[in-house]
Amino acid sequence: MTVNALIEKYGFSPLSLPDPDREVKGCYIGDLLSWVMGRAQADNAWITIMSNINIAAVAALSDVSLVILAEDVTPDENVLKTAESKNVNIARTSLPAFETAVKISCDI
Amino acid sequence: MSEFLNFHFEVDGDNFVSAGQASVQMKKNMRQLGLSPEIIRKVSIAMYEGEINMVIHAHGGVADVNVYEDRIEIILDDKGPGIKDIDLAMQEGYSTANDHVRALGFGAGMGLPNMKRYTDDMKIETVVGEGTKITMSVNLS
Ligand SMILES: Nc1ncnc2c1ncn2[C@@H]1O[C@H](COP(=O)(O)OP(=O)(O)OP(=O)(O)O)[C@@H](O)[C@H]1O
Ligand SMILES: [Mg+2]
Repeated sequence: MTVNALIEKYGFSPLSLPDPDREVKGCYIGDLLSWVMGRAQADNAWITIMSNINIAAVAALSDVSLVILAEDVTPDENVLKTAESKNVNIARTSLPAFETAVKISCDI
Repeated sequence: MSEFLNFHFEVDGDNFVSAGQASVQMKKNMRQLGLSPEIIRKVSIAMYEGEINMVIHAHGGVADVNVYEDRIEIILDDKGPGIKDIDLAMQEGYSTANDHVRALGFGAGMGLPNMKRYTDDMKIETVVGEGTKITMSVNLS
């Protein structure tokens, strides 16, 4: 399923969507950046509660298709601007990470 | 030795809130060179971990990426404190990161293991009190 379709289907709030037609395949949940770097696969949705600027670089370099901020986390200043410029999609949900993953699991 | 392209980056040691700029720029360069997504990903991850380490452990340094016909070489050179025990530092989970950088999501002790895992060759030269030079190589075929 594409990023855009996934976000619409589950009512996630789009925060940065420079690449909405990208396919989402699989999912990784984690907040420690080196774990994400080492374990997330290209095209995964990455579910996290980390909100600092480094998530934009990690998402871009590990080539995930979408960052989902769980628990209604608010990204720090400049995160969204940086994400747009790095072609990183970010959306937000009020759901916890586990429930988010369970919901999207049949579509990715 | 075959001809190569060199990309040189100064890595600022003061700003670990938005570190990773050199790796992000290098990713763009690799895209322009038409390298495969798989190669780009390997080099990006290895270089980012090395770049972040220079920022959070060594007050910055320099990064050089050499693109040869058959491989990409990443050289990270800093004048930081050096690494006392390389075997220990290479272990998953070992970290001396402080609470401040841990709060940003660093300090899992997975950076060096990731660099090893995503490259075909990795060499660490380090002298305590003088600095660390890490040379990694990713094969293109
Ligand atoms: N360039 C460097 N200069 C000095 N010490 C370093 C350098 N790179 C790594 N180290 C040492 O090796 C340890 C392990 O590094 P590693 O990258 O695996 O983990 P980390 O940086 O602590 O955490 P993470 O990478 O998961 O965010 C570091 O905590 C630090 O003590
Ligand atoms: Mg590290």
